[in-house]
Parts: sequence; structure tokens; C-alpha cells
Amino acid sequence: MIRLQDITKVYPMGKRELTVLKGININIKQGELVAIMGPSGSGKTTMLNLLGCLDAPTSGKYYLEDREVSHLSSGELARIRGQKIGFIFQTFNLLSRLTALANVELGMTYTGGVDRQRALEALAKVGLSERVKHRPIELSGGEQQRVAIARAIVKNPSLFLADEPTGQLDSKSGEEVISILTNLHAEQGITLVVVTHDANIASHCQRIIHLKDGEIVTEES
Amino acid sequence: MKKWLNFFNTVWLGLSTHKLRSSLTILGVVIGVAAVISLMSVGRGAQASILSNIESMGSDLIIIRPGAFTFGGIRGGTSQTLTMEDAEAIAEQVSNVSLVAPSYSSNLQVVVGSENMNSSITGVTPEYWEVQNLVITSGTFFYEGEYQRGSKVAVIGSNVAETLFGTADPVGQRMRMGGIIATVIGVLESEGGGMPGMSSDDAIYIPLTAMQQAVAQPRTPQGEKVVSTIALTTTDDENWEQTVDDTTALLRDRHRLGPGVDDDFNIMSTQEISEMISSTTETMTLLLGAIAAIALLVGGIGVMNIMLVSVLERTREIGIRKALGARERDIWSQFLIEAALLTFTGGIIGVIIGWGISYIIDSMGVMETLVTLDIVILAVSVSIGIGLFFGFYPAWNASRLNPIEALRSE
Repeated sequence: MIRLQDITKVYPMGKRELTVLKGININIKQGELVAIMGPSGSGKTTMLNLLGCLDAPTSGKYYLEDREVSHLSSGELARIRGQKIGFIFQTFNLLSRLTALANVELGMTYTGGVDRQRALEALAKVGLSERVKHRPIELSGGEQQRVAIARAIVKNPSLFLADEPTGQLDSKSGEEVISILTNLHAEQGITLVVVTHDANIASHCQRIIHLKDGEIVTEES
Repeated sequence: MKKWLNFFNTVWLGLSTHKLRSSLTILGVVIGVAAVISLMSVGRGAQASILSNIESMGSDLIIIRPGAFTFGGIRGGTSQTLTMEDAEAIAEQVSNVSLVAPSYSSNLQVVVGSENMNSSITGVTPEYWEVQNLVITSGTFFYEGEYQRGSKVAVIGSNVAETLFGTADPVGQRMRMGGIIATVIGVLESEGGGMPGMSSDDAIYIPLTAMQQAVAQPRTPQGEKVVSTIALTTTDDENWEQTVDDTTALLRDRHRLGPGVDDDFNIMSTQEISEMISSTTETMTLLLGAIAAIALLVGGIGVMNIMLVSVLERTREIGIRKALGARERDIWSQFLIEAALLTFTGGIIGVIIGWGISYIIDSMGVMETLVTLDIVILAVSVSIGIGLFFGFYPAWNASRLNPIEALRSE
């Protein structure tokens, strides 16, 4: 479902150039649960941005569901993000002035339109039916992350991308989030790529890709 | 439909989060629009009142005065070039002329009992009433008989009646002026408004024949009796320009003015006067509007300022929206509509307040004001335009944000 061919990413740093990814080749199948691990500065986040179509590679090819997306315009990339990608961020990234329900509905705003029933179902799926009218500030960290997961679920994306989803959570909330994600995988066969330092998350994954200095060092299954 | 509802929900959220800030931004536009509406309504009101005054003089009137006309409305000299004989010649020789009314005015002390006032007395012929569209409220005009006999009778304006006679009925009362004592036989209907001294409300009319007994009416070296104004009406509204030309030619001939010599009189039709006044007052209205538009411009800059702050503040929100699939166009229109909605709301409130101010000015009797639809449409569309114009840059800025960096911002 995902194919990365010789992906490189170079950032200009003044006169010098910083090569963050050096010829990455990965294949990810439909329904796989993949962890990307590696020390800081290894290129994990850059890779996640590329996978999420937030950024374009300097060279190489990225096929998402057999369509090459590496060199699309920003408008087309936005459309792909809207329809195919569900992001889950370390810092949740909810809009603080919106209720949980409205935050979930925001996930549908730019793709086909808001469907309140589906938003409520998504919140039920992450166990927040009682918290629909609460604003992020009235929710615990774990609950906020679950709202963010519901926001991703609601548009039924082809690919879930999670960036340190438990990084800001205590271990109990972290466990809850992990179990929601693994359940989603088990029940619906979602494809999930998660960037993490957390060995606990990695242990739930089918594949672990280790990055170092912009290269894949090892892959375990 | 649902999509639009959604869209406006988004915009409303943006605005309602900072209610005070949004209100203050709107206030800037409100003040600008209210200033435009009220100032332009003053201009339009002045125009309407002057034009209705001229209208009341009769729309097909041509007025000839002695002296050369200098542009800007200042008449040069006190030359006494127009005569009774000129008036008679016009009546006989110029086609299209229906009535000719020569008159001679002089300032005299008017005494009634213990009251006295300095007033302009005008000696007129009986044609004068019809030429000037005058209407009587009590008593009667004087006609050909009184004129021929030189009867000492007077028709007075409403202000004069009030000043000299108060609430008493002036008809039948006697008033001393210059060398004669005249009996009031009629009081004119008030014209209202108008420029002091030029309205018939302040006038006293006696037969021109009686005038010659009250004051010594000057004569030209040729022995013709001098008049101060000749007013005439045309039989045909359409051809007033031809009538003006014919009359000019006749007078130049009678006054023996060779080619290249300036007219020693000035001739103007009410049409010409109203066209001139219309264009002058329109310029004044636009000038007032332009001054007020500066306030509107300042309001617009306020909108831009706030939108820039708002974009900066919501960088992270923009990043989130982009990650969720918002295109540049979605972000761009969100902020642009936000700005336009601010100024549109300001425009509407401004129109209501401006309208209110102009109503108050009008009802206090300070000045006549007139709010016309074109002013309202202009002010509201300019306010929306300002929102779009000043909202464009901040909105464009927002749409161009890199989603990765935007997501990382605090």
C-alpha cells in the first residue's frame, strides 16, 4: 500500500545542506502495524511528515495506494491528507475553543462534509460518549488524545500516522491509547505507522524499523 | 448549503472567540461609515433645499440683471444698464417669451406704528406674480388697474407681516415707506427655507408706478427708466437656450455693444442656475464624503491589523486545519470572509447610526439632510470592499503557512 523508493530529504541550512533522509526504501502492506524507532535527529519525524503528505521528498518516489504522490501540488497534497491520512499527534492538536464533538467534526470539514452521527459514533468508539460537550481544557491528557484518535477515525482514512502518541501521557492513559489503537487494528485492520521511543508501543507492532542518521539500520518483524 | 453553513460556523467561531476585539475593530468601521452617511446627507440635503427653492421660482424663468457677470457668482459693479424700455422691447421682439416682469428694488425704512425695519421694497408690474410663482394667503394681489393708477398698495412676504404686524391681520393696515404711505392688500404664502434676503418671505411689493413716487427712480443718459431686474418666462420650456440667445442679442443691440465688448448685463435661466448649483453641491457632497472616507480608511487599517494578529495567534490552528486536509483556498477564504464580515457588520451598524445622526441634524433644524439610497449602497459596499482589501494580505499570509512549521508553533 505504501512504497518508498530511494527517498531523500535535504534541508538547506544557510549555505550548507542538511541531508535528513538518505535513500529510504520501505514497503508497507495494507493492514500492517509498523513502528519507526530511532534516536533524536535520526529522521523519524521527517519521514512521518513525508508519509503524511505534509512535505515532499527532495528525490525518490512515494507511492500511496499505487499513486505516486511525491511531486503533487500543495492543493492535491491537501486533498490526500484530507481523504487518506489520519494524524495522531504527540501534543493532540485539538482546537481549544471547540468541544470534543466539534473537534471530531473538524476532521470531516474538508472532506465531503460534516456528519454528526458519524462523529458521535467515533467518540463512542474511543469511549468518550459522556464527554461530547467538553472542551479540551476540561479533559485529561488521555481523553484529549482519544478525541484526536476519534477525529482521525471519523473520516475512515487509508493510513493512520501517529507521532509519539503516548509521549505526553502517564503510563495508565498511555496504555488506554495503545489498546484503542491495537483494537482498531484488530477489528478494522487499519494501517498504522507510529513513530515512537516507547518500547511498549513497539512491542505491539508487527514490524519495527530502526532509523539512524537518515538511514534504515535494522528491521525486525 | 450544509457546506456553507459549516463555513460560516468556522468564521463565526473565529470572530466570537474575541468578542471585545471584534467589536472594537467593527467600531472603527462603524465610525467611518456613519461619518460618510451623515456628512454626505448634509451635502445632499443642502443641494435638495437649494434646488427646491429654485424650483419654487419657476422652472422656466429667465432673469436679467445689470452689470457684468464674473464667474463664481459675484456680480460686478452697480451699473444701471437695464431699463423699462428694454423690458418692453423684449416682450415685443423676442419670440417664445410669454411674460416679462421688470422690477426696481430699493432699501427703505418701513414704519408701522412703533415698529420699523429696513427692508427691500420692490416695484413690480402685475406680471410679476405669475412669473415668480407667488401665492397669496390672505387678501389679494394688485392688478393692471392699480398699476396704471399708481395706487399705493402693497403685497408683503410672511416674514415682513410677522415682524411688522405680529399676529394681527396686516390686510388693510397702512405702512410708511420713503415718501409714501401704502395700504397692505395681500400677504404671500411662506416659501420657507431659502437664503435670507433673497426669498419673497422678506419682500415688500408695490406697483412699479407707485415706486416712482416713493423714491427717485434713476434714468439713463438716454432718459430711459432704470430697472434692477427683468424676469421673463418662456412659452416653451425646451427652447430656453434660444430665448436666452435672442434676448442677449436684442439687449446688446439696444445697448449698442460692438463685437468683442462684454455684456453690460447678465442673463441666466433657472435651468442654468440649477445645473450650476447641482454640480457645485455635488462637488461639496463628494468632498465631505472624501473627508469621511479617511475615517473609513483608518477603520480598514484597524481591520488589517487585527487580522494579522489573529493569523499569528492562530498559526497552530491553521497547521491543524491543513493537516486535516484544508487547502490554501479554504484557509484563505476563512480569513477573508472573517474580515469582510467584520466590515460588513460595521457598515450596517454605521448606516443605522449615520442615518440617525442625519435625522437628528435635520429634526433639530440645524440643516436639511437627505439620505439617499446611492449613499447607503456606496457606504456599505465600500466597507465590504475595505474588508476584502485589507483582509487580503493577512489571509494570503495565513494560507501560505507551512503546515509542519505551523503545527510546531506555540
